[in-house]
Amino acid sequence: MDMRPDPLVMMTSSVQDQAPKPVKVAAKNVNVYYGAKQALKDVSVDIPVKAVTAFIGPSGCGKSTFLRCINRMNDTVASCRVEGLIQIDGKDIYDPALDPVQLRARVGMVFQKPNPFPKSIYDNVAYGPRIHGLSRSKAELDEIVEHSLRKASLWEEVKDRLKDSGTGLSGGQQQRLCIARTIAINPEIILMDEPCSALDPIATARIEELMAELRSNFTIIIVTHSMQQAARVSQRTAFFHLGILVEKGETSQIFTNPTDKRTQDYITGRFG
Amino acid sequence: MAGWYALLILALLTAGYVISSARARSIAGGNYAEMHSLPAYHGLYTAALAMLPALICFLIGSQLASYFATQTAIAALPGDVQNDVLKQGAALREAFNIAAGGPINSSSAEIQSAAAGYASVLSAGQWITLAIGTFTGLAGLSWGLSRVSMNFRARNGFEKLVHGLLWVCATIAVLTTIGIVFSVVGETYRFFFDPAITGKPTVFEFLFGTEWNPQAALRADQGEIQTAYGFLPLLTGTLLITTIAIAVAGPLGLFSAIYLAEYASPRFRAIAKPILEILAGIPTVVLGFFAALTVAPFIRGWGETFGLNVASESALAAGVVMGMMIIPFISSLSDDVINAVPQSLRDGAYAMGATKSETIRQVILPAALPGIVSAFMLAISRAIGETMIVVMAAGLAANLTFNPLEAVTTITVQIKTILVGDQEFDSAKTLAAFALGFVLFFVTLVLNYIALKVVQKYREQYD
Repeated sequence: MDMRPDPLVMMTSSVQDQAPKPVKVAAKNVNVYYGAKQALKDVSVDIPVKAVTAFIGPSGCGKSTFLRCINRMNDTVASCRVEGLIQIDGKDIYDPALDPVQLRARVGMVFQKPNPFPKSIYDNVAYGPRIHGLSRSKAELDEIVEHSLRKASLWEEVKDRLKDSGTGLSGGQQQRLCIARTIAINPEIILMDEPCSALDPIATARIEELMAELRSNFTIIIVTHSMQQAARVSQRTAFFHLGILVEKGETSQIFTNPTDKRTQDYITGRFG
Repeated sequence: MAGWYALLILALLTAGYVISSARARSIAGGNYAEMHSLPAYHGLYTAALAMLPALICFLIGSQLASYFATQTAIAALPGDVQNDVLKQGAALREAFNIAAGGPINSSSAEIQSAAAGYASVLSAGQWITLAIGTFTGLAGLSWGLSRVSMNFRARNGFEKLVHGLLWVCATIAVLTTIGIVFSVVGETYRFFFDPAITGKPTVFEFLFGTEWNPQAALRADQGEIQTAYGFLPLLTGTLLITTIAIAVAGPLGLFSAIYLAEYASPRFRAIAKPILEILAGIPTVVLGFFAALTVAPFIRGWGETFGLNVASESALAAGVVMGMMIIPFISSLSDDVINAVPQSLRDGAYAMGATKSETIRQVILPAALPGIVSAFMLAISRAIGETMIVVMAAGLAANLTFNPLEAVTTITVQIKTILVGDQEFDSAKTLAAFALGFVLFFVTLVLNYIALKVVQKYREQYD
């Protein structure tokens, strides 16, 4: 296995040094294996705070795998092994002293397919605050639920039917409910794994608007198959291919002036 | 004769398929794309057309033949035998025996002539049936053959035949259930309301009586034994044992299902699950003597160390072993429904920072609730209907008690006790078994209905 630093990564990291925002998540030489198969090879990337960072690339390129390393969701996959260093605010999240359950309360996640719990809309949003003891009274919990639903721009649509099941909403509403559920525990980082791939264009547009609003409070990392979406919502973009982080940088630079041939081929639609 | 008929039907099927598909092939001349249906469908369609009329002829013809043969036999009997139902039945049985090749030695001339008449009419009827069946079968075959053409929709025709076959199967299953229910209800009605049955209780006495003793005195020197049909001791015995069984199997089964589905390594699961399912395959009679010979003495000895007086056949022993019997129902079915809960819900909960047990308790179990409740209901139905373990381990004493250390008896045990041995089917004692069966059926039905309502109210539906 080639453990030398990728020259491309070295080159593009100079671009990232110009980034004005401080680093929230830093990954250095991350390798991920599923059993004997290596899914990520030597990935190093810095993710700035309170901005939207997009991971793009063809299917199976490892971008979702990397995303799931950041909240240690890969721990739930028995065959998965993670090597290398991932830090949040300078602290190693794979430190044995760190509790992954606590970590996931700080790093929220929204999934590809909306997955509201089969509970009422209210209970869906109140789930996180309840298990983490974020409210002292019913009124306070009501407050958190309303606030979260408003932030996810779902409040007006559901305020009269909070007792109805979350699974009865439309796909786009369900995904906003999942975002509200994530916001309710007030995480620092929100990971979004192709959050719009199961939604129609109108619902997609609403989620994208939402991301633009949320980035003033949260660090957002989004995995997407849609290059237009990456271009619309993100400030920084990283391109993955075959488990390698090929190129990363300002979104405008990646889409207008990619330095790597593979990136150029991908964004011009020659493969993937 | 039935053997000849089976051969006929087999021959019609084969001939229909072979001839018709060969004909379709020759008509198509290799150009199958132009043909509406492939030759095999023409073959199947014609085979069905040839077989069905022959089969229907057989079903109707064999019934008619045996009816006319019996009428002939009755006509040959003397007048006084014809008019007495019991004598007629006995004479007919004797005649049927002779017709089937039994010994003739002691039978009267009338019965012998009845037997001869029966045999000749039956045989003639069967030959006629065979002839008509052959004729209609060949007619169906030739009609099917005549329809083979490029445009004939044999494929759609065969689809209709399959539809019909499935409908018939479903109808037979439903009718069987209805038939059993009606037979039980009918005998139960006789038990309560038939004036010819003596010594029977009223409905009120049956449902609310506290004493159960269906056995009347057999000999005069036994003195006067009062029969009593109070059903309450049986109900409480059944409920007591079922409750103990569920108290044992519910937690063990559900928790082992959770462990297997959520915590166990795939290797452990691959070994443990089949072993648990083997437990379901142990014959209940084996569990029964395990209960009577191992568990009951153990509980008795254990009770003595605490100064408790435990009956050697106790509800506790039977209930515990019955619990073991139903563990695999609960664990295996619950394991399946827990596994069926989408991974996305688990991911959602973990991503919120929930621990594994929080995820299971708050997300997975509510989502799997309908399936878990059905697993429990199936287990309860099995426990209520279980007989062998209780016969061997719980005893026959109909005590009205809620003390699990005493001997009790259950509805099923009493049905079995009543019906074992030689019985006359018009006594109150025998018919009481049907009444018990009906009540058992009713209790299970009510439990299922309650479970259905609970599931509808509390289910958390995903997707």
